[in-house]
Amino acid sequence: MNIKINGENREIEKEITITELLVLEKVKMPETVSVQVNDEFIDQDSYENTKIKDGDDINFLYFMGGGA
Amino acid sequence: MRDFSDEELERYSRHIILEDVGIEGQDKIMDSKILIIGAGGLGSPVALYLAAAGVGEIGIVDGDVVDLSNLQRQVIHATKDIGVPKCESARAKMIAINPHIKVNTYKKFVDASNLLELVSGYDFIIDGTDNFSAKFLINDACVLANKPYSHGGILRFGGQTMTIKPNESACYACVFDRPPPKDAVPTCSSAGILGAIAGMLGTIQATEALKYIVGAGQPLYNSLLSFDAKTMNFRKINFKKNPKCRVCGGEGIKELKDYEAVVCESKI
Repeated sequence: MNIKINGENREIEKEITITELLVLEKVKMPETVSVQVNDEFIDQDSYENTKIKDGDDINFLYFMGGGA
Repeated sequence: MRDFSDEELERYSRHIILEDVGIEGQDKIMDSKILIIGAGGLGSPVALYLAAAGVGEIGIVDGDVVDLSNLQRQVIHATKDIGVPKCESARAKMIAINPHIKVNTYKKFVDASNLLELVSGYDFIIDGTDNFSAKFLINDACVLANKPYSHGGILRFGGQTMTIKPNESACYACVFDRPPPKDAVPTCSSAGILGAIAGMLGTIQATEALKYIVGAGQPLYNSLLSFDAKTMNFRKINFKKNPKCRVCGGEGIKELKDYEAVVCESKI
């Protein structure tokens, strides 16, 4: 199935959860990223139960804390 | 509207001839009060451009003194300023650019005890801080005080920014909920920052503040602009206000609390 991650088209073999997608995308610490699926932010507690579906548009938003 | 002197008409002529600003817009800029929290990498370009633009009253909050390692990116400070409080060093350069403006200096770091009072005297707030506790605290204070503000973050070759109009557009906590675990996200001091990135992001924040004051264009409401300067890719991610947001949602917050304190409480 085809999905979009951070604006780029990607192909994945089967339906997976956000937790599995984070592993696939090598995101080591899920606490450091905010996950948005089709314009909705997903609660961290729901990563295990939220399945990525064909056509989903996913954004990973990373914390940036610098400024000085 | 004020009577502009000949000197002011000439000084601000490129604003005045600009469609969407004009003499009315310049008048609004000169009537406005903007608070810059942090006179560092982001605060430097913001302070220089807002002073040059003629913002009537600018507050600068920073409890630090200028350090040699700041000078690679904090362009408002000079080598001779090492050891001088950053807010005073910044003020001197701003007044040198534009003696007509008023600059208020606050040599302190923001916390839950002083932030609400600080933001209350200003029309727009700039987050130029370098840590998550301060960034979330500024968000909370601006939501509580209903003050529009610009969030900014930079790291290595990248930056991100969003503009928040509390209760109307998504706040920082709608997107990021709460600070990441301590040391989970690298900082500029641990991972580095290309100096010019601070200029790239800071000038966007200054632009957003001036757009808001003048009422020109579309501020970065409900969207996070992020860029990677290595590829020069800019992306805007759109979202909506989260009705369940911990800070600005249904229940929301009722008072300001320091984030370290919140962490301590949850351990008890």
